[in-house]
Amino acid sequence: MRTAPVDYSDVQGLVRFGYRKMTQAAYVLVRVKSASAARAWLRNAPVTSAVTMTPPPPTALHVAFTSAGLRALGVGEKTITGFSSEFVAGMTSDNRTRRLGDIGNNAPWRWEWGGAPNGDDLPHLLVMFFAEPHDGGVEALMGRTMGSSWVEAFTIVRRLGTENLDGVEPFGFADGISQPEIDWNEQRDVTAPVLDYSNVVALGEFLLGYKNEYQKYTERPLLDPSPATESLLPAQDAPQKKDLGRNGTYLVMRQLRQDVRAFWQFVMNASGADAAAADRLAAAFVGRERDGSPLVSAQSRTIPGIGTDGDSIRLNQFTFDGDPSGVACPFGAHIRRANPRNADYLGHPTGLAKLLAAFGLGRAAFRDDLISSVRFHRVLRRGREYGPGLTPEQAVRPAPPNDPERGLHFICLNANISRQFEFLQNAWMANSKFSGLTGESDPLVGGREAIPGCPVTSDFNLQTAGGVRRRVSGVPQFVTVRGGAYFFLPSLSALRYFASEAVVKSA
Amino acid sequence: MVLAPIVPQREAEFRLLLASMNGAPGRVDPNNVLFPFAQFDRIHVARFLIIDDKTTADVSAYNLPTPNYPLYLCFLGDIDGDADSFFDDIVKRAEKGLRTLFSCCEGFGTTTDLRRYVREHRVESAANYINWLGRTVSDVREEAALHDALESFVREARPSTARDLHRSARKFVRDETAAGRLTLTAEPSTPLGWKLRNTAHFVGVPIALIALSPALAVIGALGILQLRRLEKVDPELCDRCDAEHSDDLALIEDHDVTNQFTAMGSLKPGVLRLWTTMAAFFAIDYAARHVFNRGGLARVRTIHFARWVFLDNRKRAVFFSNYDGSLEAYMDDFINKVGFGLNIAFNGGIGYPRTRWLALDGCSDERKFKEYLRRHQVPTQVWYKAYPGLTAVDLERNRRIREGLETESLSEEQATQWAALL
Repeated sequence: MRTAPVDYSDVQGLVRFGYRKMTQAAYVLVRVKSASAARAWLRNAPVTSAVTMTPPPPTALHVAFTSAGLRALGVGEKTITGFSSEFVAGMTSDNRTRRLGDIGNNAPWRWEWGGAPNGDDLPHLLVMFFAEPHDGGVEALMGRTMGSSWVEAFTIVRRLGTENLDGVEPFGFADGISQPEIDWNEQRDVTAPVLDYSNVVALGEFLLGYKNEYQKYTERPLLDPSPATESLLPAQDAPQKKDLGRNGTYLVMRQLRQDVRAFWQFVMNASGADAAAADRLAAAFVGRERDGSPLVSAQSRTIPGIGTDGDSIRLNQFTFDGDPSGVACPFGAHIRRANPRNADYLGHPTGLAKLLAAFGLGRAAFRDDLISSVRFHRVLRRGREYGPGLTPEQAVRPAPPNDPERGLHFICLNANISRQFEFLQNAWMANSKFSGLTGESDPLVGGREAIPGCPVTSDFNLQTAGGVRRRVSGVPQFVTVRGGAYFFLPSLSALRYFASEAVVKSA
Repeated sequence: MVLAPIVPQREAEFRLLLASMNGAPGRVDPNNVLFPFAQFDRIHVARFLIIDDKTTADVSAYNLPTPNYPLYLCFLGDIDGDADSFFDDIVKRAEKGLRTLFSCCEGFGTTTDLRRYVREHRVESAANYINWLGRTVSDVREEAALHDALESFVREARPSTARDLHRSARKFVRDETAAGRLTLTAEPSTPLGWKLRNTAHFVGVPIALIALSPALAVIGALGILQLRRLEKVDPELCDRCDAEHSDDLALIEDHDVTNQFTAMGSLKPGVLRLWTTMAAFFAIDYAARHVFNRGGLARVRTIHFARWVFLDNRKRAVFFSNYDGSLEAYMDDFINKVGFGLNIAFNGGIGYPRTRWLALDGCSDERKFKEYLRRHQVPTQVWYKAYPGLTAVDLERNRRIREGLETESLSEEQATQWAALL
């Protein structure tokens, strides 16, 4: 197609790679102590690009900024307000917390970091270190990279360690199995309605400065050309402007504490201490077995963007179309909420049927067409686990004194925080009315706060072939938010712009 | 709907009065002294707000002077039964509070006849949408109670088949009803006059259109070509919405599973534009009345009630809605499912994202559309819903449960589907 392919050397590698082989990682949240020292450090920081290398590099470094961080670096207010309003306002702005489910136990004032809009623990920068477990690993990398100017430049808010649990998340389930496939070469025609679920998502959903699923450009600061902005790329949709967002994206980070013991003890109790039944209930919560196998069976039709090898087919070549009554995978299961895997219309209508479907006529079943067009609500997950692993067998035993905290440093990338991450969190994960359900939120990650008129949100329902669903009541809250912030993950040219002394002058 | 201009000097006082009707911002006190909504069991949803359009200067895009509209007190509700008797009812039972509120309006004094004032200030809607025609507040409550009772019942029941369950549930409900613990009021037969009028409307409109079709075809074709010319040059006013305005609106959102929405703006000038908008509203009203009256406005199933109203000699229009979920999800639902309808309904507004042939493009520029809508949204100071916690989809499920229950005999497959609703 018309668009030149993305220049990978300008994109931070995290957008393209999950760095599975770099099993060690640390996230350092910092505040700027001295803007000029911080800029000097950033100028020299060896931030990793998305270019493939042979052999692959053994370490990687990435940097992202909050809006407060850009301000602290000296970036002008006019430039900052060119970013999306969610990013400018931050994750904890007043009205956002209700939508994100950050109430009750998840309320920002309880967080360990980032909870207060102007607090001392609101990070300015997120510096991410990844390393293969040799040659000193991530510790050596940090020592090397921070250097002497670091102390002058930054104050550390939190140093978040991570744990390699071998592809398993703390509850014990295979993790990170399903990711959208970025259409790097913009080969898909997004103007045509999607009639079958596809895993290929427009480049502009994950990278600013390119066309999104609406064939439009997501908002980002477009600057007037000046000596300071010389290194920036032009905007595709406004060639006379410099595109500060291009090749960058937004990074959402949330520290999620997982109560692994509560999880396994609950499913065990709810299953009458029958370990196999407990496993089945846990799998119903998730929508997958612990090894990642989905509870609905794979389909024969290939799905664009999921890979063609045996494992990909087994793990991801499925939709929920063949399970309209939720008997195989409950409607409220975590993976069914996180990605309902549907197209723009229900049941691939053509001709007259499509016309009727467009007007919502001919709908039969109660749940038909309640959710559609997942392509507008995908995120790229890049999180890592923390805290020591715990098998289900260990988890059902009482906690020892000083049981360490474990959980997930949830990280996702998206170009439009409100339409992607926030929608997903609000309309699908936290919503007690998701897909015609009532009285339940996401069994794994949802809060259990009552809402007006709905005192109970702690149920979980398993639909059955016989009709009457099996209700599991009193599901505790297993996941608690401990911190979070919205960051901008700039392109390398935008990073050079932030790091240049000219940024202050141009502000 | 009642619309009365506010005396400019009384605006601040009026705002305080409205605030006093809430327990907290966005959370009405259903028994507040000024207007105790909860005491009127005919009200589904209702709101008091100030019609305060911050976008009146947009007409300057067409080189028109900015008109100086008054602020209006706006009261509207979606109710069971006819509006006349409802207004009589509230005038009688909430006279003191209503007098206090209307005392801030032009032409209202201590001796004013409230009933007459209200009647004189009534404004009819140009288009109206009702999620489920004929479902009353009492139906909603009875069916919700039925749902709750049956939900507990099926947990105790040990039926061998779904048909068995259906049979025993029917007996259970019969017993509960006899004991006075459940009520299921039979739907009153639709008045013959209403039925006749509705059928006449259903049939008459297409007949009239067919009869006029030669003329309409010519006017329509010319009109559409002219509109196509206009829409290519119409200005788009979709700048980023002011953060403070957006925060004020968000403060009163997401307190219930349902939200209110009020948006307004000036209409594009010219008689052709006006006719187009009137035709669009007429078509929406017709479709809502005769086609989309069972749980969905086309593919969108999250709206309880909505209406479009012309203001100020059809120079402006205002849109009211009551929808489930967050605003972002509501807008996405519309853009992705019925974007064409959205364009037809709203492209008469000044500054709407550029459309093509009225129905195409427009809101598919998602970001512009969302900024446009947010910018035109006005705060709904006081909003009441008679059944907090229940979404339109909940109401449909409860209705389906009742319909299944009231069916004497179901096949095993039907019974299974019915049981799955519980």
